[in-house]
Amino acid sequence: MVQQEVITAIAAARKLSPERISLDTTFEELGVDSLDSLTIMFALEERFDVSIPDEAVRDMRTVGDVVDGLQRLLSGQVVAGEDTMRWA
Amino acid sequence: MRRRVVITGLGQISALGRDRHEFWQALAQGRSGIGPIEGVDCASLHFQSGAQVRRFDPHEHFPDPGAEWLDRFAQFAVIAAREAMQMARLPTDRGPQDRTAVVTGSGMGGQGAIEQGYVELYRNGRPRVHPLSIPRIMANAGASYISIEFGITGPAFTLSTACSSASHAIGHAYWMVRHGMVDRAITGGSEAPFGFGNLKAWDALRVVAPDTCRPFSAHRRGLILGEGGAMLVIEALDSALERNCPIHAEIAGFGMSSDAHHVTQPSTEGPALAMQAALRDGGIHPEQVGYINAHGTGTRANDPVETAAIRKVFGTHADRLAVSSTKSMHGHALGAAGAIEAVAPVLALEAGLVPPTANYTGPDPECDLDVVPNEARPLDVEYALSNSFAFGGLNVALALRRWNA
Repeated sequence: MVQQEVITAIAAARKLSPERISLDTTFEELGVDSLDSLTIMFALEERFDVSIPDEAVRDMRTVGDVVDGLQRLLSGQVVAGEDTMRWA
Repeated sequence: MRRRVVITGLGQISALGRDRHEFWQALAQGRSGIGPIEGVDCASLHFQSGAQVRRFDPHEHFPDPGAEWLDRFAQFAVIAAREAMQMARLPTDRGPQDRTAVVTGSGMGGQGAIEQGYVELYRNGRPRVHPLSIPRIMANAGASYISIEFGITGPAFTLSTACSSASHAIGHAYWMVRHGMVDRAITGGSEAPFGFGNLKAWDALRVVAPDTCRPFSAHRRGLILGEGGAMLVIEALDSALERNCPIHAEIAGFGMSSDAHHVTQPSTEGPALAMQAALRDGGIHPEQVGYINAHGTGTRANDPVETAAIRKVFGTHADRLAVSSTKSMHGHALGAAGAIEAVAPVLALEAGLVPPTANYTGPDPECDLDVVPNEARPLDVEYALSNSFAFGGLNVALALRRWNA
């Protein structure tokens, strides 16, 4: 399940127990900086075999943002734009 | 002992041209050398543009079998050194060559040779790699070949500090000449990062722009990788005057600092410290500086931080500075950047013309300095700074002074 995988990936990256992470938790609260978010996105890209666009990585604020975006990416609800896929 | 140190030779090869004349022409015209990456399949990357040295045939510069012995990054180092040495008209008989140093910078050394070797072993299952792999890969190959070619028996070594490598190298060569360890030096840097594996690694950091390099612009989306080599010949002032050799600029000061902050995110304090250190080292008052060749990568992170650091150092004078990023034209040449971006301000000081920040589409309130957008500007400048701020927070500022003949 996408939500579980995302929470597991973030918990692993921040060495926290997954129970402490909910959809509303912000990256700021978790102390996730730009390099941490790259690492988390990399783990998710590897796990789901997708390519997450750069703008999406920059725009993420909460765990829920990641779950929503990833679900849309996986269900094919993405709009191709220029040379990158847009996180619609 | 503290001697004045001057620049008597310059050489470069980059996306802007094969020598300093082509380089300066492009800078003066605000012409970018960024274009579609050639020789690598970029379809799976988020970017397809780079600032490569175009139509480069190593055999033109290194007759067979010479070309095989040097990885591309070392070839660039030697070619730039040749131009600088020719300009400096240093005698190259075996006489006083132990009083000459070679100090080069490279972030990664022989990337081409590494990738070639790994492809052979891991993909093609070959049982052996080329016997010259080690000498081709080693980051000091440029310095070694320069010393061999010019018979230099003084100190020769290479520094590796990512995007600041060449700046650290030039600074150390400057100190060595200034304090009498040697009388002259060939110094600069080179890099050739356009291998598939390396481009993938940069792709993963998500700092490379999918379009082009727009430092300080509101619409900037990241850096554009570049390649090349640039070298200076520097020497003690007395030595240059004795030889009646034309002097192109003076190295006035050198400052270094560390952020002690984060491996990829810059801080304001670190770069400010480096600039302040350079000014202090040269006894330069901030108001004497007219131009800064910025680190100006065009990433979301660097440009506002560099702007804030410049404002911190220069106060109200910051609004009177011309600050441009020539990376907008020659890309981010990593270990060569500091040297390419030393040649540029030297030429600017001589010509009384400041190169622009190209590809500029509009102001970002967080980057609100005079960034000389798109068009070179005639400007008489006495002192210029050249900034380099590397990953891991390693900062350098080089202060240059116009030579008033």
